[in-house]
Amino acid sequence: MMQAPEKAPLTTVAADPIILRVQDVYKHFPIAGFGGLAVRAVDGVDLEIRRGEALGLVGESGCGKSTLARLITALLPVTRGKIIFEGQEITKMRGGRLRRMRRKMQMIFQDPFASLDPRMTVGDIIQEPLDNYGIGSGKARQRRVQELLRLVGLNPNFTNRYPHEFSGGQRQRIGIARALAVNPSFIVCDEAVSALDVSIQAQIINLLQDLQREFNLTYLFIAHDLAVVRHLSDRIAVMYLGKIVETAGRNDIYDHPQHPYTRALLSSIPVPDPVVERTRAPILLKGEIPSPVNPPSGCRFHTRCPIARVPGICSEQEPPLEPHGQRDQLAACHFAGEK
Amino acid sequence: MAQTLLQVEDLHTQFFTSRGVVRAVDGVSLHIDVGETLGVVGESGCGKTITALSILRLVPDPGKIVSGRILFRGNDVVKMDDDEIRDFRGNDVAMIFQDPMTSLNPVTRIGSQIEEAMTAHKRFTPEQAKSRVIELLTRVRVPSAETRAKDYPHQFSGGMRQRAMIAMGLANEPSLLIADEPTTALDVTVQAQIIQLMKQLNRELGTAMMLITHNMALVASLCQRVVVMYAGRVVEEGPVEQIFKSPQHPYTWSLLRSVPRVDEARKDRLVSIKGLPPDLSNPPPGCKFHPRCPFVIDRCRVEEPPLGEVGPDQVARCWVLMRNVSEGDVATAKQSSISVAAAENLKAPVADIGTKSGS
Repeated sequence: MMQAPEKAPLTTVAADPIILRVQDVYKHFPIAGFGGLAVRAVDGVDLEIRRGEALGLVGESGCGKSTLARLITALLPVTRGKIIFEGQEITKMRGGRLRRMRRKMQMIFQDPFASLDPRMTVGDIIQEPLDNYGIGSGKARQRRVQELLRLVGLNPNFTNRYPHEFSGGQRQRIGIARALAVNPSFIVCDEAVSALDVSIQAQIINLLQDLQREFNLTYLFIAHDLAVVRHLSDRIAVMYLGKIVETAGRNDIYDHPQHPYTRALLSSIPVPDPVVERTRAPILLKGEIPSPVNPPSGCRFHTRCPIARVPGICSEQEPPLEPHGQRDQLAACHFAGEK
Repeated sequence: MAQTLLQVEDLHTQFFTSRGVVRAVDGVSLHIDVGETLGVVGESGCGKTITALSILRLVPDPGKIVSGRILFRGNDVVKMDDDEIRDFRGNDVAMIFQDPMTSLNPVTRIGSQIEEAMTAHKRFTPEQAKSRVIELLTRVRVPSAETRAKDYPHQFSGGMRQRAMIAMGLANEPSLLIADEPTTALDVTVQAQIIQLMKQLNRELGTAMMLITHNMALVASLCQRVVVMYAGRVVEEGPVEQIFKSPQHPYTWSLLRSVPRVDEARKDRLVSIKGLPPDLSNPPPGCKFHPRCPFVIDRCRVEEPPLGEVGPDQVARCWVLMRNVSEGDVATAKQSSISVAAAENLKAPVADIGTKSGS
């Protein structure tokens, strides 16, 4: 179920305030030789991303967040459902139309050591998307590469160097420059700062924020570090075992979490303050995430949930994602808000 | 006065590579008291792991402990012969690593591995060892320990493997447990379980702990005292409350402000430390942090500061100290921004291209 945007369009020429709609999307990976069995990585997701916002997508490993990112950027076909980007259904697109659409959505990856071709110079890496889309003349492309390097805080004369000559943080800057080269409106950052040391991580986080403001970018920011996500995002979506369990504004989700999984996730994260830490008691969840091949019945979280009524509604009925708590907050829980 | 368990004095560990001598640990002194939890923090390459490996005399080639003393209950680990060091590693100290999968033997059952850790060091008879395996796995809260002991490592999840590693570390009742990024590879809810477990074990068994991590929040949660390392040296040390409330070294201050907090709404920009850590085969003169320090003065460039007392039980290696930095300078240090000129230059040509190809 999707919530209608509450603000009416300001003017008739205003673009759709929702840049991306994910509607009831599934991605099942069949397991060869196990007739009919499948890993249900994404299992019925509804999500909206608004133009110009940074949406944080959090969840533990195996919850399906990276698969969802690959569906959104059309790097993987969906099993079922619709993804609509800037008013056009990309799940139906093929060939040239898809290629042109992809220009507007770029991705920044986690591992800056694996995502840059070691045999290409930095200049070629950043210029490649310009070449692919035939943007500008040769001279203009080179000029743009230099501007991009300057923009992300690297020396513009480094175009002839190779990735191995750069540190992790610098490589991530190269990855960002490459993503920006074709002037996208939407950028998916998949754990873009997780592999970096803390001081370098701060440099990249600040850079991503500056770029968003300067170019009015929309971000989907995927990470397991909730502190980083809270810092970078306007809204946050929490995923568990292939489904979105809660979405809310970045402060609402921390101040008034409605879903018990969100509450547990937030309480698990230690805070860099020994005085606060002494009084904090994390909500410890039982066990670990169940297998996405055979998710639990009813609410998928009921096997680990501290407030589940089992046997009862929680193990029998799947709760819908609907408004609870604050304005603009959705949660999928039969007992949302209860502790 | 608490009793000192481990005392490291002026330790130098160097790597002799074809490119020159890398001073990975460059005059480190620290101590751990009986039953205490000490955090050692710093970024990759600051020497924290090599310090730990030096304590166990497990420095990989081409590294060598060049000088210094490592006193464990008064005995110098550096001078121990092979039998003594084996006995020390088995019975006095244990180390757990970041990735439990690479530290467990994939073709041996979990229970047998833990048993082997005990019988190898002859602390327990084979019969005692067998019965202790279940006891240990129960202690680290592995459910249905009796059946899980017969599992192979691949049948355990990441969190369970780390529990098994901790069980193995505790098998010979060491008085010091060194944990190198024990929760970094784990998911947050599992990380919380392991942190809780380590706290309980420290309380129940009185095992002293040296926690090596880059995660300041983990230190705040687990440790009583903290040592901050930079470029192979200790730059600040003190009680956890003190260091977090009033860090005096600009590096400690930056580290604390470069990470966002989950319990706070976004207020400031994050402090980012400019540049990169120095090349330890060719470190800068003067204070090793001066090329990246936002509060540098002329003296920092030529003369290295000593570790000086800056508060009760707190020492820092700095000529300036954060308490002497003006608010204005702090505010300036928080600013870092993209080049607006470059952004403007980029915007113009792309607008043209956008209209040409349509959408």
